[in-house]
Parts: sequence; C-alpha cells; structure tokens
Amino acid sequence: MQRTLKDLKPGETGRVAKIDGKGPVKRRLMDMGVTRGTEILIRKVAPLGDPIEVNVRGYELSFRKAEAESIILE
Amino acid sequence: MSYTFALAGNPNCGKTTMFNEITGSTQYVGNWPGVTVEKKEGRARRFKEEIKVVDLPGIYSLSPYTMEEIIARDYILDEKPDVVINIVDASNIERNLYLTTQLVELGVPVVVALNMMDVVTTRGDQINLKKLSELLGVPVVPASASKGQGIHDVMQKALVVAQTAATVEVEVPKLRFDAKMEKCLDEVQNLIAAYADRHHYHKRWVALKLLEEDQEIKKKLDLPANVEKDIQNCIAQLENEFDNDTETIIADGRYQYIADVVAEAVKKKNTGSTLTVSDKIDKIVTNRIFAIPIFLLMMWMVFRVTFGAVGSWTIDFVDGLVNDTIAGALSSGLEAAGAAEWLHALVIDGIIGGVGSILVFVPQIMILFFFMALLEDSGYMARAAFIMDRALRKLGLTGKSFIPMLMGFGCSAPAVMATRTLENEKDRKLTIILTPFMSCGARMPIYLLFGAAFFAQNQSTMIFSIYILGIVVAIISGIILKKTLFKGEAAPFVMELPPYRIPTLKGLFIHMWDRGKAFLIKAGTVIFSAAVIIWFCQTFSFTLQMVEDPADSILGVIGHAIAPIFAPLGFGDWRSAVAIFTGLVAKEVVVATLGILHGLGEVAEDSMELHTALQTYFTPLKAYAFMAFTLLYFPCIAAFGAMKRELNSWKWTLFAVGYQTGIAWIVAFLIYNVGRLFGLT
Repeated sequence: MQRTLKDLKPGETGRVAKIDGKGPVKRRLMDMGVTRGTEILIRKVAPLGDPIEVNVRGYELSFRKAEAESIILE
Repeated sequence: MSYTFALAGNPNCGKTTMFNEITGSTQYVGNWPGVTVEKKEGRARRFKEEIKVVDLPGIYSLSPYTMEEIIARDYILDEKPDVVINIVDASNIERNLYLTTQLVELGVPVVVALNMMDVVTTRGDQINLKKLSELLGVPVVPASASKGQGIHDVMQKALVVAQTAATVEVEVPKLRFDAKMEKCLDEVQNLIAAYADRHHYHKRWVALKLLEEDQEIKKKLDLPANVEKDIQNCIAQLENEFDNDTETIIADGRYQYIADVVAEAVKKKNTGSTLTVSDKIDKIVTNRIFAIPIFLLMMWMVFRVTFGAVGSWTIDFVDGLVNDTIAGALSSGLEAAGAAEWLHALVIDGIIGGVGSILVFVPQIMILFFFMALLEDSGYMARAAFIMDRALRKLGLTGKSFIPMLMGFGCSAPAVMATRTLENEKDRKLTIILTPFMSCGARMPIYLLFGAAFFAQNQSTMIFSIYILGIVVAIISGIILKKTLFKGEAAPFVMELPPYRIPTLKGLFIHMWDRGKAFLIKAGTVIFSAAVIIWFCQTFSFTLQMVEDPADSILGVIGHAIAPIFAPLGFGDWRSAVAIFTGLVAKEVVVATLGILHGLGEVAEDSMELHTALQTYFTPLKAYAFMAFTLLYFPCIAAFGAMKRELNSWKWTLFAVGYQTGIAWIVAFLIYNVGRLFGLT
C-alpha cells in the first residue's frame, strides 16, 4: 500500500513523492508548493473533521482529505 | 515621457496596501474588459513623470486555470507594461518566488519589491538582497508597505529600469531546468520562433507553455498541425523519461530552483518549531471545540453593533439631518423662490422622500462593510472558510463559497462577483444562485421599518430571525439543488490560511469606502431616478392628469392589478404590491416607495408617521410574511446584472431569479397561513 498524506496524524511530517491525477487540482497543489521532495507537516483537522491544515514551505495551507489522499509520500 | 507599471503578486502579499500607498486618491476602480474581475488603476504620486499604475489580480501562478491568472498574463503579454513590479512577501518567500520565476519569463522588465521586511526582521531572519538579486537576475528592493517604508525606492528603481529599458537588454531568466527538459525547450523554441515573434512573445516562455500543454496559448498561436505534432512528440518523450507529466516536471523544476536560491540568500533563525503569534491565535480560533462557538459569537457581535445601539443612533442622526434640516431648508427655499407646486412636491416628496429614506441607512451599511473589511483584512475570513467547509460541502458548496456568501450580507452584486475566486463552475453557479438569499444591506431598511412599526418589543430578535430564515432557505435550496441539478463529484478545496495581521485603520477605511461608495452611487443614480419615476407614476394617472388619490395613479393601477398575486400571502394591499414591484429596481426602493405613497416626504418629522400609516393595513404576521418575501424574491437590477455576467447564460440567470421569486412566494405563504393556523395575527 502506498502511504498518502491522509494517513498522517496532526503533528506528523511526510515527504512528497508524487501527486496522483492531472489537471487543475493537481496544478493548484503544485503551484502552492506541494512538489516532489517537499516536507509537509500536518497541523490540524478542521472542527467538523475536514479539511486539514498543513504547513508547507513555511506557510499554512488548507485542503480536503480527498486532496490529501492524492498526495503520495515517499 | 509617460510610463505604465503593473503590480503583480500573490494574494495576501500586501499588494493592495502598496497600491494604495503609491496611488493615493487617484485610484480608479473598474473591471477588466469582458469579465468581472476588478481592475484598479491609478497615477503614482510624488513623481514628475506621468506613471500609470495598474493593479493586476492577486495570483499564485500564471496557469491557465483561473480567470485571474489568464487576465494577469494576457495583460503583461499583450499590453506590455514598461515594468512589472512583483510584490513578494518576504516572510513567505518560497511560494511567492514561484510567481516571480514565471513573471521573468514573460520578457518584460521585472522589479521585485520585497515586502514585509519588518516581519522578517522581527523574526530574526536575514535576507541577502544582493545575492537574491543576482540569483534571480532582477533588481530587488526591500519594503514594508504597511509601515509606508521603501515604497518610493521601489518606484524609483522601477522608473530607472523603465527609462533604461530601451538600451539594456532584458536579462535571460536564470532558471534552468533539467538538461533533457532544456534540450526539448530549445527544440520547441526553434519550431515556434516565427509564431512567437508574430505576437511579440518571449520564445522560451511560449515553448514552456506549449510543453505544459497550455490550451490558451495554443489557441493564440494557432500552430500548423505538423508543428503541433512535433511538440507532442517532445512531450511524449519527456513524460516517458521522467515518468511524470510535463506540468509536474516544470513545477518541480521551478521549486527546485527556488529552494536553491533561498538556501543561498536567506538565513532563517529558527526552523519553524516555535509557535508564531498566528499559530497561537489559530490554536484557539480554529480549535476543535471553540472554533464554531467563536465563529457564531463573532457574527452575532457584528450584528449587535451594526443593528443595535450604535446603528440606531446613526439612523436618528441622519434622519434628523435629511428630513428636518435639509428638507426644511429646501422647502422654505423653494417657497421663497416661488417654485411651482408640482416642483415643490417633486423635490420634497419625490426626491427627499425617496433618496432620504435610503440615506438614513448609509451609516449602518458602512458599519457593516467596515466589519466585513476587518474580517477579511485580518485573515479571519479564510479561517471561516476552513471551519465551515465541511458544512457547506453538504450543500454542494465549498468553504470558499462562504466568503461570497458572507459578503452577500453586505451587497449581493459584489458578492456574486466575488464567486470568481471559485475555480469550479458548479460551485460558482450554485453559490451565485444561493448568495442573494443572504440578506443584503439594502434589505435592511425594510426590516428596520417594519420591525419598528410592528415588533417594537423584540425588534432585533425578529430582524435576526429574518437573516436566519435566509440562511435556512439557502441551506434547503442547496441540498435540493445538489441532489437534482448539480449532481456529481465534490469540487476540490485548496486554500491558503494567511497569517493574522492587524489591519491598518487606513486600509480598513479604504476597503470600506470602496464598497460603501457603490452603495452611495446607487442611492444617487438608480434610486434617485427610481424615486423620480415612482413619484411621477403615483402623482399622475395614465391620462397624465395629476390625481388627488394615489390609488388612481399609474402606480395605483399597476398595484391593484398585481395585488391579488400577494393576497394569499397576507399583503394584498395595492400599496405593498407597488412597493414589491418597484423593489425590483433595488430593494432600498421598497421603503422609499412606501414613503412616497404615503406622501411622507413633506410631513415626515420622524418615521412614526409611516409606522402609523403601515399599521392601517398590516398586522405583525402580515408584516413578517412581507419581510420574508422581500428577503427572498428577485434581488435587484444590479445583482441581476452581476448574475447574468457571472453565469454568462440567460437560461441560468432566469432560472436563478425565477427560483428565488418562487421560493419567496412559497415561504411567505407558509408563514402567513401556518401563522394563522396557530392563531397569530
């Protein structure tokens, strides 16, 4: 089983291997700095259980668990 | 000599502050041609030279996926500003430089304004400006826009660059990709050289975009089939070698380069293990348990201040000013000048009565806009989206829809325009349809009037319940529409949570004024004309005779004709029917119409007169049904126009307003009839 960002808990860190898929969502994630080799720290989960907040390249980014699942870790 | 500078940068990089500082009061706010993305222009102050400054939309990248990004790059490519001033948030340098790497490829001189240097200094980080400038191949000027520092230096540098641009060759971008990628880039550049030159585009940039399979550029260049095929071969070869798509290879390459630049030029004091102030605030504000109560409390507080004591005080103040002082002075002035009776009636009853009844609410609306600006500029709005996303997704929306929805409480028209920030078309459509259910500022006068006349004891609770009603209707509509017309996959949600910032008072006032101004202009133009027309229609009959009884006037006839539609809802009186009819123009006109119909422009010392008049044909239950109807039906001409432009389809626009009006009728019907069953009056 590939490990994805969704498998991490708040406080844990993972390194990006690749992003599944193609098109606008993937491009947006990459534009925001989620590229190969980037370290991502999971900050927290929103009060209603989704989306999540992560720290990437020194700033705070938020996306849903569905997007987190497409981010495959090393 | 005159020059044009364009400001480009990420959202939240301090671009607006910078723009305000550069241009001061010379700003002109309009739209980009053909779309509703806001375009701001101004003239640089404190310079002899004529410098036009254009504020490009805040963007993260120059991808072809959002309207803002396409506008920004088309502007730079086609209008060729003399200099692009790229504002980079120094405290978030890696991601900000990503846009920089793309801007320098466009072939227009770039000056980097390294903003928020004060934050960097406070953190104890160090940036080697000379090194950064060398590595990027463009001038870098430090600044702190919020403190007013370095702005003149940035402009001075940009001016020097603009003045020497003719003699100095624009530097080739320093960014180099993997050798295999570079080889392909060279090949493609050779293939398309002639086509790129025809548009005066930079070859390397065009080649990159073609390798990324950017459809917008393909369309613009209109390449012959054999060239397209050669490019496709290059792409296939690259994708095969890297086992990834070209968009990814290029994005990876950019960030790789940025990481190298940052490693050399930036010395970070700590690695981010300590908590920043923002983190600490977020620990509470987006806390699992406290987040939602805090959110609701904040919304409630905004409400209390806007509609409570502070708001009422401003109403009394303006009311006294307009209806006593100004109306009194005008009235005696007109009499002294010996003006005809009809002119006196037009000015006092028509114009003062109509526009005046709106003006009294302007301060309150300004207060509301002030809070909106505060929430937005402080960074809380993004948290609200983060907190509410899950709930909104149940309605087929995203957390980002929350921002336009919240703006909808100010004014539906800009709120509808704000849906541009949603990338997904389905989200956008649904948000546009539902946003007008958020009760806008223009509807407030209706509730305030009826609230004071019929619910004196619990006015703010009743008004609050109307706002809640709008939200509930939006929720139910969202669920229904999601299950019917908007079936399918949930749209993605990728959003930055910018650090909290203490907004400057000046910034807040500019922001508030920008929005509030639109409201004032509306009061001065649309509502002014509407007031005159309504006055005319209620003073004259179809045979153009002045009538004694407004019931015989043009409006009276229309009112009588459409009143039966509203009879089942409890308000079948022709006067309320007329108010609903004229309210199609703008919701403020509803109150203005009632004021004119009761001939209160002249006699109104305070609105008590209107209250008494309304009590003759409304009961509390009927009044509540009327408030609910005006909340939900067709928003106004301005919002309709915005919806048409954003939805870009008559079918969808008519569906939206038809749906809204239908729902309004049903809800008002239920309120009135269910209320009666329970013995309410």
